Amino acid sequence: MREKIQYFFDLIVVLTQKELKVRYKSSFLGYLWSIAQPLSLAFVFFLAFKIVMRVQIEDYTLFLIAGLFPWQWFSNSLSSSPLAFLNNVSIIKKVNFPRTVIPLTVILQDMFHFLLSIPVIVLFLFIYQKSPSLSWIFFLPLLMGIQFLMIFGFSLLLSSLNLFFRDLERMAGILLTLLFYFTPILYPETMIPQEYQSLLKFNPVAPLMMSWRNLFLTGTVDPGDIAVSFLYALAAFVLGYRVYKKLSWRFAEIL
Amino acid sequence: MNEPVIVFDKVTKRYPLYHHMTGGLKNFLFHLPRALNTLKNSKYEALRNVSFTVAKGEALGIIGRNGAGKSTTLGLIAGVLKPTEGKVVVKGKISPFLELGASFHPELTGAENIVLNGVLLGMTRRQISKKTAEIIEFSEIGDFIDQPIRIYSSGMLARLGFSVVAHLDPDILLIDEVLQAGDIEFQKKCFQRMWEFRKSGVTMIFVTHSMESVKTLCDRVIWFDQRTIRMDGAPQDVVSHYKSSAGVHT
Repeated sequence: MREKIQYFFDLIVVLTQKELKVRYKSSFLGYLWSIAQPLSLAFVFFLAFKIVMRVQIEDYTLFLIAGLFPWQWFSNSLSSSPLAFLNNVSIIKKVNFPRTVIPLTVILQDMFHFLLSIPVIVLFLFIYQKSPSLSWIFFLPLLMGIQFLMIFGFSLLLSSLNLFFRDLERMAGILLTLLFYFTPILYPETMIPQEYQSLLKFNPVAPLMMSWRNLFLTGTVDPGDIAVSFLYALAAFVLGYRVYKKLSWRFAEIL
Repeated sequence: MNEPVIVFDKVTKRYPLYHHMTGGLKNFLFHLPRALNTLKNSKYEALRNVSFTVAKGEALGIIGRNGAGKSTTLGLIAGVLKPTEGKVVVKGKISPFLELGASFHPELTGAENIVLNGVLLGMTRRQISKKTAEIIEFSEIGDFIDQPIRIYSSGMLARLGFSVVAHLDPDILLIDEVLQAGDIEFQKKCFQRMWEFRKSGVTMIFVTHSMESVKTLCDRVIWFDQRTIRMDGAPQDVVSHYKSSAGVHT
């Protein structure tokens, strides 16, 4: 048993290292690229909403970055998850190794990039004369754990089902875009008109993204949001894992 | 006779034909009744009622025409496929011999690929690092080992691939059509290594179209034809029958 766990761990480490090495090896700017994407997004939104449309949100750049960075982790992992198994056909058909490691390494890789982007958030906090809070020590790992569980669940679901219904690839992209605008990242949840407020409950990522932003900006989080996020994450995991379990023995057949 | 390590008991393997589903979600939903029906009925049979056992330490060759069920058999042994009917029992640690480059990444160096390939084939990092020097030595790749393998020649890739497998510690080795790679000298080395495996009691399953390697390496051959076993016996006999049925006389 211990050997099995050791093996599983090694498999994940090596595969994640591989992804990271491959990503950074041939690119000169390496690290910069992984923060360039959310930064450029933040810049675009800043131009559109602050400069052109002049929305009244305090410290808007900081506000954007605090939400966009965790969102990028979520979005990048999930948009690549439908292809996770498809890109590893030759191994899946030959070797009987735990297939869950494939989506896991995708998520770990993006999580790693997210971790590396936190210093950028800190930098912006200082620019706006704020500072990181001590509460991060506890809540940062907690939120990361919840987000990890949620992504893992959705990612198992998408990667398994996409082998059988290839449309999911495209659907995932559209769903992610919709989800992005339905989630209070560009705007604070308080700006949502009263009659639509209650709909926010049905968005599984909303409480999580709100928690991230609150944590980064104020150092506090709403325990209710965290509880709801955790429940959503757990539900996503249970659903994803069950679908994966049901389909995984057919992977080698269909590929 | 030694104890059996691989047992196929009346194994039938049918693949559902997934074309209705790979046609897309829209197709599937629009033609739901028909789609479900085809899902139930349109099956492709790859193996029919196949039974055989392999004893520990045996070297079994599997031959047959394309589509006769050889790869399905390997997949069932490797545990990536499940039988539709019947039972497959496999005891011990299995090492499949990957197609060349199947699990290699072109941007990584030879050494990094050894680790990658090693874990995918079931070794822990510690086991790999113990053997890395040996693997590199065996592969004769020399200084290129620290270069990305996209610049390797196909012969070098073959040597790297074989070297990793040669240093695994399997109970059962699955080899799918790979021994033709590399130059003559390296091939000789491969065959030697195979013999060492045999002497140490490793069970080996070869799937190949090379009748020569079947005759030199195996002590038993199964000939698959039309989803079932056509013949099972000594390499010389089976190979000569197989050749005459294919109309090849040498």
